[in-house]
Amino acid sequence: MHLALFIIFGLLCLGGALNLLLQRHPINSALSLIVVMSSLAVLYLLLGAEFLALAQIIVYSGAIMVLFVFVIMLLNAGLEEKTHGSRAAYLAGIPGMLALLGVLGGTFFTLRSSFGSARLGAYLATTHDLAQVLFRNLLLPFEVTSILILVAILGAVVLARKEH
Amino acid sequence: MNQFLIFILLTLLKIAVVTVVFLTAVAYTVLLERKLVGRIQNRWGPSRVGPFGLMQPLADGLKLFLKEDLMPSAVERPLFILAPIIALGCALTSIAVMPYGRDIRWHGVDMFQIANINVGLLVILGVTSIGVYGIALSGWSSNNKYSLLGSLRSTAQMISYELALGLSVIGVVLRTGSLNLRDIVNLQATHGVLSWNAFGGVQIVAFFIYLTAAFAETNRTPFDLPEAESELTAGYHTEYSSMKFAMFFMAEYANMINVGAVATLLFLGGWSSPFGHLFPDFGGPIVHALLPVFWFVAKIFCFLFLYVWVRGTLPRFRYDQLMGFGWKFLLPLAIANVVVTGLVLAVHG
Amino acid sequence: MSVPIAWYLILSAALFSIGVCGFLIKRNIISIFMSIELMLNAVNLAFVAFANRWHQVNGQIFVFFVMVVAAAEAAVGLAIIIAVFRSRNTLNVDQIDLMKL
Repeated sequence: MHLALFIIFGLLCLGGALNLLLQRHPINSALSLIVVMSSLAVLYLLLGAEFLALAQIIVYSGAIMVLFVFVIMLLNAGLEEKTHGSRAAYLAGIPGMLALLGVLGGTFFTLRSSFGSARLGAYLATTHDLAQVLFRNLLLPFEVTSILILVAILGAVVLARKEH
Repeated sequence: MNQFLIFILLTLLKIAVVTVVFLTAVAYTVLLERKLVGRIQNRWGPSRVGPFGLMQPLADGLKLFLKEDLMPSAVERPLFILAPIIALGCALTSIAVMPYGRDIRWHGVDMFQIANINVGLLVILGVTSIGVYGIALSGWSSNNKYSLLGSLRSTAQMISYELALGLSVIGVVLRTGSLNLRDIVNLQATHGVLSWNAFGGVQIVAFFIYLTAAFAETNRTPFDLPEAESELTAGYHTEYSSMKFAMFFMAEYANMINVGAVATLLFLGGWSSPFGHLFPDFGGPIVHALLPVFWFVAKIFCFLFLYVWVRGTLPRFRYDQLMGFGWKFLLPLAIANVVVTGLVLAVHG
Repeated sequence: MSVPIAWYLILSAALFSIGVCGFLIKRNIISIFMSIELMLNAVNLAFVAFANRWHQVNGQIFVFFVMVVAAAEAAVGLAIIIAVFRSRNTLNVDQIDLMKL
């Protein structure tokens, strides 16, 4: 069960990510990214992070990506053009990606026995557990992030406002 | 293994029954609206098909099903087809986590809730927030300025009001200490009206905020700017016809029922009776099992009535009024409600 | 039936690499921004996998903070994109490489 779900949603993740890379229209890229994020939510659920799985759906798929889609529609972004800059990026980007994947994947693969394995239902972090740590041990960082959010809201309003 | 098989079969049964009942309810909500708006405007409403026009939904469905499914030539085909599916799919999903009756088990399976999830409330919020894509994509893929304007409006409106909606729910969650919808209802089930969150739980402000934000989330009057027919012909579903249009239509009414059901669960005690445990031994075991379902449906019906009543009464907001109301009034009020509820709970424990 | 944590980590590495590649080869500023989000998500998956490995919530708390920062970043980033589009009327990064207009 766990294996089947992991394979299905892992493949959805990979497919979505590759589609993001290959699509030339930003709205198609955005939709593939939504697929990636929602599949990641299922993977979080498999790993016993129920609150995070739903937070992923609400924050990433439901809020951040809606903003992206909204901006794409607002600016009426069209197909991506190929320019002189992109050829150099292709030459450096694709080998770079393969090298990075080789290094990271190889490391994880050689160390795989020390990571152990995850079973369905063996570990579940409830919202209560999460809140205990977040609001007792990490209260200050939490408050600092809330100030960060406030600053970001103000910044976004100032930046996006039309000058008269 | 046998136990597992029974679980699967009973769950499928629950899903089938709930889906059929839900879709029928959606169809009859349309009739309810047409009838009530008719009465409000001093006319009869549909009255030809069947006794009192009761077969009208069937006739409507048949008509939409048999119409030609036009595919405009300039649309972005895959997204154009995907959009109504997303809208309707999301609208039909959230009913899966709602408890619609007492926790009565048959062969160890809870027969009055499809899935009892620890974070059920978040599932509903998440599914609702995904539903925005149905409208956003329909407008974008239609390649039509009215559709695009409608969907831009709708997206901005839904993002704005989702904040107030999410914050209004937090008071209830603070009071219960759980995101499980069964826990939330059970806490309100003891003393009838007195223990409902909206009254005994003093979440009446949150209830008001939720209700207002819910009207905006479902694109209903007075917040129906995404489909304001006098400005945008039909808004985001201008280019849709036949069953694809019907899917948007059903999604809208299903969302109305969803929102009413969530308001019932969170603020009005869900399936619990308004009299609490005053009549504990009323009727036999079957009445004991089915009476809560009746209360749940009755409360949702009141919400639907309110929806139609508001539609028949209030004019549409202007767009800047809509945004100003959401950001400058509802959001601060919701934050104040969270702070006050938190302080009160901290003092009283 | 169990799945080795290493598989989750390898998936996360693959997503991260694809994000890096997208960041390099995409020319549309919005797509580039989406590649960054993809990288953040890949890292989140690794955090959650490690949280499961050590049975500690701290990994999930990290993800929580990453989400908050990502939301803030998206708001500011998209505002910048809108401002840039207003002044230059293009979303192609190769045409937005000068500090002055």
